Amino acid sequence: MKKEGQIRIPSGCAISAVISKEGRRMTGEKIIESMIPMHDRSNGLGGGFAAYGIYPEHADLFAFHLFFEDEEARHTFEKLLKESFEIYDAEAIPIRIIEEITDIPLIWRYFAAPLPSVLRRQQLDEKELVVRTVTRVNSTLRGTHIFSCGKNMGAFKAVGYPEDVGRFYRLEEYEAYSWTAHGRYPTNTPGWWGGAHPFALLDYSVVHNGEISSYDTNRRYMEMFGYRCNLQTDTEVITYMADYLLRREGLSLRETASVIAAPFWSTIDKLAEKDSQQAEQLTYLRKVYPSLLITGPFSIILGFTGGLMALNDRLKLRSMVVASKDDKVFIASEESAIRVMEPNAENVYAPMGGEPIIIHVKEGAY
Amino acid sequence: MAIDYIFPTYEVVRDPNRCTVCRICETQCSHQVHRYDAGSGQMLCDEARCVDCLRCVSFCPTHALKIKKNDCAFRQNANWSQKSIEEIYKQASSSGVLLSSMGNPQAYPVYWDKILINASQVTNPSIDPLREPMETKVFLGKKPSSIQRNPDGSLCTSLAPQLTLSMPVLFSAMSYGSISYPAHASLARAAQVMGTYYNTGEGGLHEDFYGYGENTIVQVASGRFGVHTKYLNAGAAIEVKMGQGAKPGIGGHLPGMKIVGDVAKTRMVPEGSDAISPAPHHDIYSIEDLRQLVFSLKEATQYQKPIIVKVAAVHNIAAIASGIARSGADIIAIDGFRGGTGAAPTRIRDNVGIPIELALAAVDQRLRDEGIRNRVSIIAGGSIRSSADVIKAVALGADACCIATAALLAMGCHLCRTCQSGSCSWGIATQRPELTARLDPQIGAQRLVSLLTAWQHEIKEFMGGMGINSIEALCGNRAMLRGIGLTQKELDILGILHAGE
Repeated sequence: MKKEGQIRIPSGCAISAVISKEGRRMTGEKIIESMIPMHDRSNGLGGGFAAYGIYPEHADLFAFHLFFEDEEARHTFEKLLKESFEIYDAEAIPIRIIEEITDIPLIWRYFAAPLPSVLRRQQLDEKELVVRTVTRVNSTLRGTHIFSCGKNMGAFKAVGYPEDVGRFYRLEEYEAYSWTAHGRYPTNTPGWWGGAHPFALLDYSVVHNGEISSYDTNRRYMEMFGYRCNLQTDTEVITYMADYLLRREGLSLRETASVIAAPFWSTIDKLAEKDSQQAEQLTYLRKVYPSLLITGPFSIILGFTGGLMALNDRLKLRSMVVASKDDKVFIASEESAIRVMEPNAENVYAPMGGEPIIIHVKEGAY
Repeated sequence: MAIDYIFPTYEVVRDPNRCTVCRICETQCSHQVHRYDAGSGQMLCDEARCVDCLRCVSFCPTHALKIKKNDCAFRQNANWSQKSIEEIYKQASSSGVLLSSMGNPQAYPVYWDKILINASQVTNPSIDPLREPMETKVFLGKKPSSIQRNPDGSLCTSLAPQLTLSMPVLFSAMSYGSISYPAHASLARAAQVMGTYYNTGEGGLHEDFYGYGENTIVQVASGRFGVHTKYLNAGAAIEVKMGQGAKPGIGGHLPGMKIVGDVAKTRMVPEGSDAISPAPHHDIYSIEDLRQLVFSLKEATQYQKPIIVKVAAVHNIAAIASGIARSGADIIAIDGFRGGTGAAPTRIRDNVGIPIELALAAVDQRLRDEGIRNRVSIIAGGSIRSSADVIKAVALGADACCIATAALLAMGCHLCRTCQSGSCSWGIATQRPELTARLDPQIGAQRLVSLLTAWQHEIKEFMGGMGINSIEALCGNRAMLRGIGLTQKELDILGILHAGE
């Protein structure tokens, strides 16, 4: 049977997130619990979490999280990493051995900074160097997969139910101002852990529920810009699209949302009567990035340093609700997940198709 | 000489019990097949002149006529076909180049027919185009490599000129001269109604049609017939014709008998003189020369019109397209070897060039490999026969498709492939006034509108089935295609998997 990456595997899913607008840190307990009522939306073949603000002691270093098949793969990677990075810290990521999670690879994290001499010679900024390094490692190194590479954040994922994955990674020991979670329902057996979500690149992480019909259009466009879709999952290509539009093209979150979940032409035409400038900008974005429109059902939560963005496909073919309580905002596939995190959540709201929900943590609080 | 005698290809079968000797067949036949014999009071026919255009059959009020393939044949030979033998006789007697019309009819593989389209089941929903918006609008033109912002932070929305199509189909180039005035009028009106474009071809633009400029693509070919500043500025875009799928590498020849009246005036050539387009543009012997012409045309039109460069699909098409993309062109039109023509040397038409499916796939992939796919749009043509072909072409990577043979069929063409005779009985590929009068532009336009409307419905159904509600999410979406009965090499070139994979 083909491994994930050699074959495209569609999947359904559950997603959940919580963020404190005040930047207050929360342990992983609540987010793990939120996945329990949505147990049936996963099938035990993938779960994961992304957490922001968890490495304050290494806040200026890129935190690489990796799966290795064996020690030899790890040594090869370390050699390659040292060519362009200085490694400040390296350790096996602490795990709890539980019977629900098996076939465990070597799981490591490295805190590293790019060597200034390499950046100068290659005429790159540090983020671009990280992206190129990750692309190279994930495309060419045997038995090695970087699944997280941002600063002061990290993704944690495995084959299993999300609540088990959370216990496995001892997420109750981490404190984050923002958490996202994912439970996966792939329609095929993923061979290994890299296929689980979130998918992360730099500080962008994506959890996603859906199966996009525009996949190959999006993938082939992104591959023009050096991205390599090694896993053939929707989430992977959406993460690259976010990185491309936000970091490389310099679009705002709202502009990015109106590229990937572009308003219908009929909507833009109607808007033109009221706000011609806005309509013109939306038209422009659709004309410039036609290959980055995503069609088919999706609900995604994009995590980034200092915030979250939730977005549904423009027909709203996947459930997603948002609620708040005090400084916290909750997002989940089902309201039940939010009620577990905060029984008294208020302002429960189902965003419209293509309507981005953007939450920023107070400046200076993260 | 008797050895040159070729028995008639077709047999005119007349049912004497049905025939009322109304003589409609005689008046309708532009090839003088039917004639009335006053002595016997019967209709007679000279079958040697019949081209199987089916005009008489269509107009026979009593259904008394049918045209059959003549079964008189040479002794069966798997190597020397009847066609091959007849062509030897023709050339042995005439010493001429064989001429043919319309697209390559030989039995080469049709890759469209070996590609299957996907649909959603369970894991994502199909979308009902009758209930949900289904977008088929396409913009053709150069897309910027990065965005610009105004001082206030808003997006700078100026963009290279774009063509806006309501659906990914436009009409290919057919010159006024090769086809008739009412045929051009039909195409122009239909393009306007449907929100798409027709193409003047290389014969200039008749002054009556300047009003359709917003839906017109004006062509500049190697003969430069009818090209002047007003012409260049009359259309929505300019197409530089470097080649044609039906006759790659050679020029064109419109015989003097078609250069009459307005055709001569529009082409700016004397009446009755042959209009000969050279094989190359004599100011373009290399890619850098093309760049100069592209920018000359942009200068002449104040950079307000996208420039299309049309090329025939030949072996090295991917590299050629890459060169064109870097030449300043906004759009590349690729014409496959099955593309139609008003006249072409038979040997060229039947043996030169490659299928559009393979050319399109190779070009799209090459431009992506070079990271310049968004610099140009791609139009694919050269035998797009149905909405299914359109869907497959778009999924392979075309931004839009152009159709000509299909458009002619909609106007009444019966594909008898005798355009070079100038006696088109359907009033399309002729300049004889009594024949052109047979095509009513009102009806021609309506039938073209109906055809495109039907295709648009079908395109939406395909898209809805795939769970795609905007055509741009289908462009280059090769995961939506699977090959059937193709070799691994063919699959690799098309960039698709085999059915079942």
